[in-house]
Amino acid sequence: MRDAFFDALVELAEHDDRVHLVVGDLGFGVTKTFAQRFPRRFLNAGVAEQNMTGVAAGLALSGKTVFTYSIANFPVLRCFEQIRNDVCYHGANVKVVAVGGGFAYGSLGASHHATEDLALMRTLPGMTVVAPGDPAEAQGATRAMAAHQGPCYLRLGRAGEPKVHSQPIQFQLGKAILARMGNDLTLISTGGLLETAVQASDRLSSKGIRCRVLSMHTLKPLDEEAIRAAARETGAVFTLEEHSVIGGLGSAVAEVLAESLEKPPLFRRMGLPSSFSCKVGTQEYLRAQHGLSVEAVVETIGAALDPNRAYPVGVESNLSI
Amino acid sequence: MTAEALEDLRILAHRIRVRTLGMIYRAKSSHLGSAFSMAELLAVLYTSILRVDPDHPDWPERDRFILSKGHACAALYVVLAERGFFPREWLDEFYQDGGRLAGHATHTGVPGVEFSTGSLGHGLPVSCGMALAAKQDGNSYRVFTLLSDGECDEGSNWEAVLFAPHHKLDNLTVIIDYNKIQSLGTVKEVLDLEPFAEKWRAFGWSVSEIDGHNLEEIRKALTDLPKKPGKPTCVIAHTVKGKGVSFMEEKLLWHYRCPNREEMVDALMELGVGE
Repeated sequence: MRDAFFDALVELAEHDDRVHLVVGDLGFGVTKTFAQRFPRRFLNAGVAEQNMTGVAAGLALSGKTVFTYSIANFPVLRCFEQIRNDVCYHGANVKVVAVGGGFAYGSLGASHHATEDLALMRTLPGMTVVAPGDPAEAQGATRAMAAHQGPCYLRLGRAGEPKVHSQPIQFQLGKAILARMGNDLTLISTGGLLETAVQASDRLSSKGIRCRVLSMHTLKPLDEEAIRAAARETGAVFTLEEHSVIGGLGSAVAEVLAESLEKPPLFRRMGLPSSFSCKVGTQEYLRAQHGLSVEAVVETIGAALDPNRAYPVGVESNLSI
Repeated sequence: MTAEALEDLRILAHRIRVRTLGMIYRAKSSHLGSAFSMAELLAVLYTSILRVDPDHPDWPERDRFILSKGHACAALYVVLAERGFFPREWLDEFYQDGGRLAGHATHTGVPGVEFSTGSLGHGLPVSCGMALAAKQDGNSYRVFTLLSDGECDEGSNWEAVLFAPHHKLDNLTVIIDYNKIQSLGTVKEVLDLEPFAEKWRAFGWSVSEIDGHNLEEIRKALTDLPKKPGKPTCVIAHTVKGKGVSFMEEKLLWHYRCPNREEMVDALMELGVGE
């Protein structure tokens, strides 16, 4: 996803000299192409994210399209008030980009686990919030954000995620992408767990359960119609996110369903509890530890669909702290 | 400066105090001391320094002015009204239900307010971005930011203090209203800034120290900028909190206190305005 973002950004900058990249002294290697080709539009603001974001707002209010970039929580939580007041309140055309969503930097410890970012960004007035599910979505998201006038947040995974969509996609902000068809239940995922969602759907399919998968790459504005249609047509809605279950995709979908006038579907959130993971390990390991592996997702769905089986499954018991 | 121009500035600074007093009294709000300490700074900026056009507040070539100490915005609103950015009657709406003017500098619907502030430590980083954009685009506009002294506790400011000289933003000028009193005590007691000028110099700024109530000194410090090409400018204006009303001067209380009717009348008398 990271490389797809940078490729798209370089391509955009070729055609639009307003496009700027401002980094917080991170991005070794990956910012090189942009910096070399557009030295006047590349800025390393140093290890100073509050100033980085304020400077980005100042540049944007002077007519630039500014992407700020750093890893995990640094461009988001560290400078949250700058994003709120300087960027969102002024409608500044700043795109905050964080690489390392969820447990992408799993082994680096809880400081580097970006697990509350979506909730925070979603609360900000005027903010568009995007967490693409694969490199193709990341590329589409980067282009769409540049074309959109106003504040955006882009949560990237890491480098090297596989392509999930086998067909070319039409990426549109606020419009979920149908990754698997199915009418028995719907699994809605956001961010890099799309691959897990699709694999879980394929496994369910082999058991005769047809699981619709929606890639909800844009959390705000949310594709409410796709959610309501999923509830109406499949009767069971599950959400999947590498993020706290508080305030992210699960909460957003729950809000839509709770206010819907239609019959409520079976609904379950899969995500992270509101706790710090004290376990050490890779993204894959930590996902599995938190019930976000393909096996665990299939198990959770199976248990929820079958009233004779115990619920909840395993998720809570695997938690730390 | 001619005697006549000097007198005009004096009248404007006086008007800033009188009107601000009325606004804050009516609003039952606070920050009189913070507004009074910068009355002369605003008067000189909006009369002799800033290239702005009240008829075209969004003129692209305008100088940018950010009041980073947004809590003292009543004085900014007065000077903007005096310069004709909006009708003077709007000042009566300060703090009022449904009014246009909020208790911290607010840009929405208020011509002439470049940037909304209120949370401290935001104005300077944004100013750096604006100054950088001007450099990149070859624009001649300049960026001025007025900080409070207490605000210099904020780490975000020091990130920007590092940034501006590194990028040779000599189109950027910081003015510090150094009235020596912050929210819960004197600056010296709370978090001492001294040696203040030396800090800014050490970070690579061109620094001058002036009497922030001396109109001539202010004008000189802000004219023919940058004083040192390649360096951003920092003007440390030594001021008196609550300047102009003896019982408010150098008193922490008047960071917060809203005058009662008696104090209001006394203050107006001191400012030479009858009841």
